[in-house]
Amino acid sequence: MKEIRIHGRGGQGSVTAAELLAIAAFEDGMYSQAFPSFGVERRGAPVMAFVRLSDKKIRLRSQVYEPDYVIVQDATLIEAVDVAGGLKADGMIIINTDHNPDDLPLETKAAVKTIDATRIALDIIGKPIMNTVMLGAFAGASGEVTAESIKNAVRDRFPGKVGEKNADAVQGAYDMVVGS
Amino acid sequence: MSGKLKSGRQVVEGSYAVAHAVAMCRPDVISAYPITPQTHVVEDLSQFVADGVIDSKYINVESEFSALSALVGASAAGARTYSATTSQGLALMHEVVFNMAGMRLPAVMTIVNRSMSAPINIWNDHQDSMAERDSGWIQLYVEDVQELVDTTVQAYLIAEDPDVSLPVMVCMDGFILSHVFEPVDLLDQKAVDEFLPPFKPVSVLDPEDPKSFGMFVDPEYYMDFRYLVEQAMDRSRSKIQDAAKSFESAFGRHYGDLIDTYQTDDAEIILVAMGSLVGTLRDVVDDLRSKGVPVGLLKIRAFRPFPADEIAEATSGAKVVCVLDKNISLGTGEGAVCTEIKASLYNSDISVPVIGFVIGLGGRDIPVSTVQRIVSKAEDVIKHGIKVESEFVDLKHSLVS
Repeated sequence: MKEIRIHGRGGQGSVTAAELLAIAAFEDGMYSQAFPSFGVERRGAPVMAFVRLSDKKIRLRSQVYEPDYVIVQDATLIEAVDVAGGLKADGMIIINTDHNPDDLPLETKAAVKTIDATRIALDIIGKPIMNTVMLGAFAGASGEVTAESIKNAVRDRFPGKVGEKNADAVQGAYDMVVGS
Repeated sequence: MSGKLKSGRQVVEGSYAVAHAVAMCRPDVISAYPITPQTHVVEDLSQFVADGVIDSKYINVESEFSALSALVGASAAGARTYSATTSQGLALMHEVVFNMAGMRLPAVMTIVNRSMSAPINIWNDHQDSMAERDSGWIQLYVEDVQELVDTTVQAYLIAEDPDVSLPVMVCMDGFILSHVFEPVDLLDQKAVDEFLPPFKPVSVLDPEDPKSFGMFVDPEYYMDFRYLVEQAMDRSRSKIQDAAKSFESAFGRHYGDLIDTYQTDDAEIILVAMGSLVGTLRDVVDDLRSKGVPVGLLKIRAFRPFPADEIAEATSGAKVVCVLDKNISLGTGEGAVCTEIKASLYNSDISVPVIGFVIGLGGRDIPVSTVQRIVSKAEDVIKHGIKVESEFVDLKHSLVS
């Protein structure tokens, strides 16, 4: 089983990202589970969402304490929240920032990947909403889920033009991470 | 999301899954008042009604008291009825909850379990439905979203059985199950229609043949009415079992009858729980079994009627029983499930130590490590006997000392 923790701020679509990831992984043939951290949702406040992926039925209902992957939608959270807390040494943290991994005040033995997801979102979607971009980056960096399934989940959730733009952004982020 | 219901096996939110299951049961009348974390369930259902994909009357009301009152009238008139609520909403219904059972009116109500105020807290425990345990409603608790879907359909079959004719609460853990996205087999309308026949009420309100429901009775008759409700509750035991069996024949899924057991046959330590915590416990049992710890799990599916005989049978060979209660019966120092299990074993020839753990109140998370500590305490009880009969788990001692 792989466990994923998504950090963001209220309004950045962290819970939606978790749900889309669960839907995409299911399409790829896995069992999946996505749930919010059950905090009170307020715009701008730090929020968490969790995802579990497995080839067997998922029965565990606790929060995720030792994730294999962490996705950080907003690098300003690094100073506010222990985003790498419990992250497995052989795991990976993917951060939305225009800084290099070495320039971030992070303490972890896990792999650190960065991507300027806000820039990609602005360029392709036209709005600084980076949750689907981060999913594309996750697919590329982890290989746990296919970009195609993420794009299908995104198109299904946001029908029409919005979904198409988001799907393009997913592919853009995926290509950037796989190419780097 | 307008105009069409989802179908087949897919990842959906737990709230959507229960709304979909309710839709497949073709309720005539739905009435509910939105309250966190039940809100998504009734939003989805009202959307289905607004889109015309289900042919139910949705009665908008100004409170939970009115919601259930509306269903009392509708059910007495012969309608299949549905509501959903939680916590303070269920508390506001309290008077009508007793009335509905006393009038022997079948209904199904989803309880999206949440703590009780004060202090205000919107997260999960079982205090809200446990406070209604003496009301005459059947109470079924579910472990995951699929069981929630399947139990909702079974609940109508049980409630509307003429030998039972009682309302049923299907209890699901707030947020943990209501807001989770996981794979679910959504039920097919034709299959549900074959499983669940239309509601044939025992007795209906009819202007041509006037009757009264819930009338005044003096001491000459009241106690006998209560006895009849207890008898109906007792008859529901076999009906819950039948519903589970016939559901298995039709859909291939089974969750136990009044209880379910997992690895209990040779277990020295038996963990007892209700609701979504059972899933976590299954993982713990598998992990500890692989390390040679003889631990098993007893899941209570029906808390009302209380499965005393089944629990006695399942625990008769154990050396210690650990009851994990997501409620506290204030003034007893322990959860209600723990008290009832001890009571049901007392006049039997089974003498097994029972220890209680009040756990997860107000949404406090229950990690695997916490359950492992409980099992360690159980091992101590086997070696040295009971030192602490019941305790609050993961209490912040710095806050309360």
